[in-house]
Amino acid sequence: MNALILAADDISVAQNVGFGIIAALMIFAALSVVSSKNVVHAALWLVVVLAGVAAQYILAAAEFVAVSQVLVYIGAVMVLFLFGIMLTRAQIGKEPGLNNTGWALGIPVAVVLFGLLAWVIIDQFGDDVLPDRGPTPTVLLSDQFLSIYIIPFFALAFVLLAAAIGAIVLARKD
Amino acid sequence: MLAAEAAELSSGWFLENAWLIALIPGIGFALIIGFGKHLPMKGSEIGLLSMFASLVLATGAAIQWVQRTNSAGEGGEEAFGIINSITRSIPRATEGEAEPFIEPVVTSWVWWSNANLEFGIGSSVNGLAVLLLWLVAFISFFVQIFSLDYVRGDRRYTHFFASITLFSAGMLVMLMAENMVQLILGWEIMGLCSFLLIGHWWEEEANSRAGLKAFLTVRVGDVGLLVGTAILFFGANAWAVDNLDSNGFNIGAIQAWALSGEANTQFLLWGAVALFIAAIGKSGQFPLHTWLPDAMAGPTPVSSLLHSSTMVVAGVFLVAQVYPVFWQGFNIDGGGLSMIAIIGGITIIIAALLAFVQDDIKKVLAYSTVSQLGYMMLGLGTGAWLPAVFHIFTHAFFKCCLFLCAGSISHSASHHSFDMKKDMGGLRKKMPITFAAWIVSTLALTGVFPFAGFWSKDEIIDNVGSNGYDFLLWVGLGGAALTAMYMTRATYLTFFGEPRGASAGEYHEDDEHAEEHEMEHISVGAPEPRSLSSAANTGHGVGDEGSAGDESHGGHGADDGSDHHDDGPHESGPLLLIPIVVLAFFALFAGLANPTPLASRFGEGIESMKKYVEPRATPVPFEEVIAAGPGESITIIDGRPSTTPSAEEGGEEGGEKSGCGFTAPEPGTACFFPAVSHAEPKFTKILLSLGVVAAAYAVAIAFNVSYYGRRNKHLVGLTDRSKVMRGGFLFLKNKYYLDYLYENVIVRAIAHPISKATYWFNQHVLDAAVNDVGIGARKTGEWVYDNIDQKVVDGAVDGSGRIASESGRGLQPTQSGKVSQYGALLFGAAAVGAIVLVLVNVS
Amino acid sequence: MLAVNFLLLAAALFCIGVYGVIARRNAVMVLMSIELILNAVNLNLIAFALMTGAVDGQVFALYVIAIAAAEVGVGLAMVLMIYRNRKSIALDELSEMKG
Repeated sequence: MNALILAADDISVAQNVGFGIIAALMIFAALSVVSSKNVVHAALWLVVVLAGVAAQYILAAAEFVAVSQVLVYIGAVMVLFLFGIMLTRAQIGKEPGLNNTGWALGIPVAVVLFGLLAWVIIDQFGDDVLPDRGPTPTVLLSDQFLSIYIIPFFALAFVLLAAAIGAIVLARKD
Repeated sequence: MLAAEAAELSSGWFLENAWLIALIPGIGFALIIGFGKHLPMKGSEIGLLSMFASLVLATGAAIQWVQRTNSAGEGGEEAFGIINSITRSIPRATEGEAEPFIEPVVTSWVWWSNANLEFGIGSSVNGLAVLLLWLVAFISFFVQIFSLDYVRGDRRYTHFFASITLFSAGMLVMLMAENMVQLILGWEIMGLCSFLLIGHWWEEEANSRAGLKAFLTVRVGDVGLLVGTAILFFGANAWAVDNLDSNGFNIGAIQAWALSGEANTQFLLWGAVALFIAAIGKSGQFPLHTWLPDAMAGPTPVSSLLHSSTMVVAGVFLVAQVYPVFWQGFNIDGGGLSMIAIIGGITIIIAALLAFVQDDIKKVLAYSTVSQLGYMMLGLGTGAWLPAVFHIFTHAFFKCCLFLCAGSISHSASHHSFDMKKDMGGLRKKMPITFAAWIVSTLALTGVFPFAGFWSKDEIIDNVGSNGYDFLLWVGLGGAALTAMYMTRATYLTFFGEPRGASAGEYHEDDEHAEEHEMEHISVGAPEPRSLSSAANTGHGVGDEGSAGDESHGGHGADDGSDHHDDGPHESGPLLLIPIVVLAFFALFAGLANPTPLASRFGEGIESMKKYVEPRATPVPFEEVIAAGPGESITIIDGRPSTTPSAEEGGEEGGEKSGCGFTAPEPGTACFFPAVSHAEPKFTKILLSLGVVAAAYAVAIAFNVSYYGRRNKHLVGLTDRSKVMRGGFLFLKNKYYLDYLYENVIVRAIAHPISKATYWFNQHVLDAAVNDVGIGARKTGEWVYDNIDQKVVDGAVDGSGRIASESGRGLQPTQSGKVSQYGALLFGAAAVGAIVLVLVNVS
Repeated sequence: MLAVNFLLLAAALFCIGVYGVIARRNAVMVLMSIELILNAVNLNLIAFALMTGAVDGQVFALYVIAIAAAEVGVGLAMVLMIYRNRKSIALDELSEMKG
C-alpha cells in the first residue's frame, strides 16, 4: 500500500504532483463525459480528457506520441465528433434521456472491473519504479516504423484509405 | 401239437378286397355330388352302378367265404355231413376235435399311429359281416331302382341319390369294421344320412323336426357307444397287447378278451350296458324307440332302406358282432335275465300295441319294425344268436317289400297319401301285384309256414323257450299274435272294403283341395306337446303326425310327369314293381337258407346260416394271431384247432357247461365266440306257434270285417262309450305319453333350467366379465389419458418445449439488440473471467 | 514515479469508458466512451514503453491512434446513415430485436 502514495522518497516530487493534478483532471473530465446531460458538453469534456492524456504522454517521455495525440485526436477526431453531433441533430442544451434504462448496471461492472484491474496491477507492478528517461528521439520511432513494423505501416495506410473511402461511401446522400 | 393238420384257410380276391364294397359307393357319393346334376339321369345312374358293383363284390365275397369255410379242416366235409339226432346241432368234429374257427379275412391300413396304438381302417370279413354286406348291397340296389321312379321330379333328386349312396357306403364301412373306431365311423355316417334323408323335404317344419328327433334320440344312444368303446378299450387293451399283439379297439381282440376269463367283470358289465344303450338308440328299442315312427316323414325308399332293413339293424349287428362282451357281461351263459332280453321283450309288446292305433300305413310298418327289432334283441339277449341274425336277414326282405308296397300304393293309388282310413281301401283289385307282394310279405312277417319269417321268428321263440326263459317265450308268442292282428287290420283297411278318398279317385278335382288337405295335416303335424290338448280329436289322430301329408307336398315340388293324375288308382310302373316282386320272392324263399326244423330230416348241411355265418366257439392258439400289415390281407389265424378238452363243445351231458363262453380257454389260446346253445326244433313247439298265429288271424279277420266292413254297432263307437276302452285307446294314441315325457318333462326339466342358468351365467358372468373388462379398459384408458398421457407424457413434452421456449425467452434479453447491454455483458463476463483466472493462478 | 500510477490511471479511464458504453444511450456518446477506452489502452502502452525502455510501446500507441481515427470516421459515417434512416440514434430505439 505504500505504492499508492504518490510522494515517495526517491521520486521526483514535481513529476508526481504534475501527474497527480493532470490525472485528477482527467478522471473528473472522463466522469463528466459519461455523465453529462449535454452531448456537446460531453464532447468538450472529452477534449479535456484527450488533452490530459497528451500531457501524460509528455510526462512519460513520449513526445511524438503526445503531439500526434493532440493533432489527431483532438484536432481531427473531436471535430469529427462535433460534426457528428451536429448532423445527428443532437438537441442544444440538456437532453433528458441520455442514459439507458439499465445504466445502473454499468456501475457494478465498472467497479468490479476496476477493482480487479487495480488488484492485479498492484499485485504485479506494485513496487516498480519508472526509470527516469529523457525525451525519446523520434528517430527511434521512425526506425521501428520503417524497419520492423513496416508491414503494419503499409497496412495502416490501407486501413486509412479504406476508412476514408468507406466513410464517404457510407455517408453519401445519393 | 395238433393231430390234424388243417390246410390253410382259403382266401380270395373278393375277401381280401372287401373294402372295395364300401369304397365304391363312397366314391359314387362324391361323384354324384360333384357331377350328378349334369348327368342325363341326374346322378342316379352313378348310384345304381356303384350299388350294383357293391352287390357283385359282396356276392363274390360271400361265395369265397363259403369256400373258405369249407376249406377249413380236412375233416370238414364229413363233419358237416354228420346226422345228429341227439346231440346238439353244432357239427361236431370227429374224434373230439371241434370245428375249426374260421377267422375273418382282414385287410387294413394304418391311418394313424400314436405311441403304442395303431388305428387301422379297412375290412374285416367274417360270416356275419359277409351276410350283412350282401344284404345291404342287395337291398340298397333294389331300393335305388325303386327310387328312380318314385322320387322322379323331386326338387332334390340328385341329393337324394347322393345321400342314399352315402348311407350305403357308411353302413358297409360299419359292417366290415375291424376295430371299434371304424365301426363308430360307419355308425355316424349312417346317422348323418338318416338325418339328411328323413328331412329330405325339410321345407315343411314337421319333416325337419322329425329328422332332428331321429338324430338326437340316436345321439343319446351314441353316448353309450363312445363310453362303451372307451370302457372296452381300457379293459381289453392290456390283455390284447400282451397276448394278441393287438389293441383294445380291435373287435377280435375284444371278443377274445371277453371270453378269456381274465376280463374284469365290471368292465364287461358296464361296457355291455353302454354299448347296449347305443343299440337301444339306433335300433329303436324301448325307451328310445320314439324316433322311428317319426322318421316316416322321409320318402318311402328311405323308410324301406334305412328304417326297416338296414340302418336300424346296426344296433343288432353291434350286439351280435361284439357278442362275447354281452354274453359275459350280462351273464347270458348263466341263464340270467339280461337287460337285452327284457328290453327286447318290452319293445315287442309295446310296439305291437301301438301299431293298432295308427292310421298311417307307414307308421304301422314302423311300429312293426320296432317290434321285430325287439325280437332280434330278445334272441340275442337269451343266447339265440343265430336265429336273431337270421331274423335280420329275413326281416330285411319282407319289411322292405312291405314299405315299397306302401310306397307303390301312395305313388299310384292314394295320391301321395298314406292315411289308410282316408285314402285307401279296396285296392286289391286295382293293384294286384302290389297286393300279392303285400300278402306274401305279411305272411312272412307273421311267421306263417313256409314263408321266410316262420323260419327265423319261430326259431327265436323256440330258442328263447329252450334256453329257459319261459315268460319271454309267451311274450314272443303274444307278440306274434299281435303282429298278425295289426297286419290284418292294415291289410284290410288298405286293400279291402270300399275305396275311400284318393283311392276312390276323389283327389284330382282340384289341387287346392289337396294343398289345403296337406296344410291341415301339416298344422296338425305340429310337435306332440301342443296337440295333446285336442286329445278328443280322433279324426285327425293326435298321434298321427299328419299322415305323410308332408310327403305328398314334397312330391308336388316339380313337374311330376307321371301318369297318375287323371286315372284314379292303378298299378305302379315296372320300375316300382320289379324291386317289390324281387323282394317278395326273397320273402317267400329266404327262410330256406337256414331251415332248422328241417335239419333233422335233411341233415344239418341245409342250415347254411349256422354253417357259414355263426362263428365257431373254438379256442385258437395265440401265436397264430398276427396283425395285418398295411394293405396286406393276412389271415389272422391259421385255423388249427387245439385239441385240449376245453375245446370240446360243452354239452348238457356233463351237467356242467364248458367250452368257450363258459370256461376260460386254455392258456395260450383265445376264444372268439361263446358256445351258444341251439334249440332242437320239436314239432309240438312249431305247432304251438303256428296255432297261435292262426288263431290270431282268425280273430283279427273277424274283427276287421265286423268293425270296418259291416260297422257292427256293438263295436263301432266303443271307445266313446266305454271309459276303459277310451282310456286305453288314448294311452296308445299318445304313444304311452312317452314323447310327452321326453320332450315336455325331461327335456324341459333339464334343458330349460340349464338354458336359463347358462343364459344367466352368460349375461351376468361372462358378459359382465367382458363388460367389466371393457369398462375397466375404458376407465384405465381415461385415467391413463388424464394422468399419464396428459400430465406426464404431455407434460414432459410440453415441459421440454416449455424449457426450450422458457430458456429461450429467458435468454432472449441477452439478444436485446441494445449495445449497452452487450457491452455490459461483454465487460462483465471479461471481469468475471479475469477474476477466475487470477484466483486460479494465485491459489 | 511509480509505474503503478500510469497503470491505475489507465485502468480508471478504462473503467469509466466501460461505464459510458453501458450507460449511454446516444450512439455518439458511446463512441466517445470507446475513445476513452482506447486512450486508456494507449496510456498503458506508453507506460510499459517507459518501463521497459523499448519504444515499441510508443509505436503501438501511434498505431492505435491512427486506427482510432479511422474507426471514428467510419463509425460516425454509420451513425449518420442510421440517423438518416431511422431519425434517431438512441441505441435502445434502434434495436429491432424482440428481447
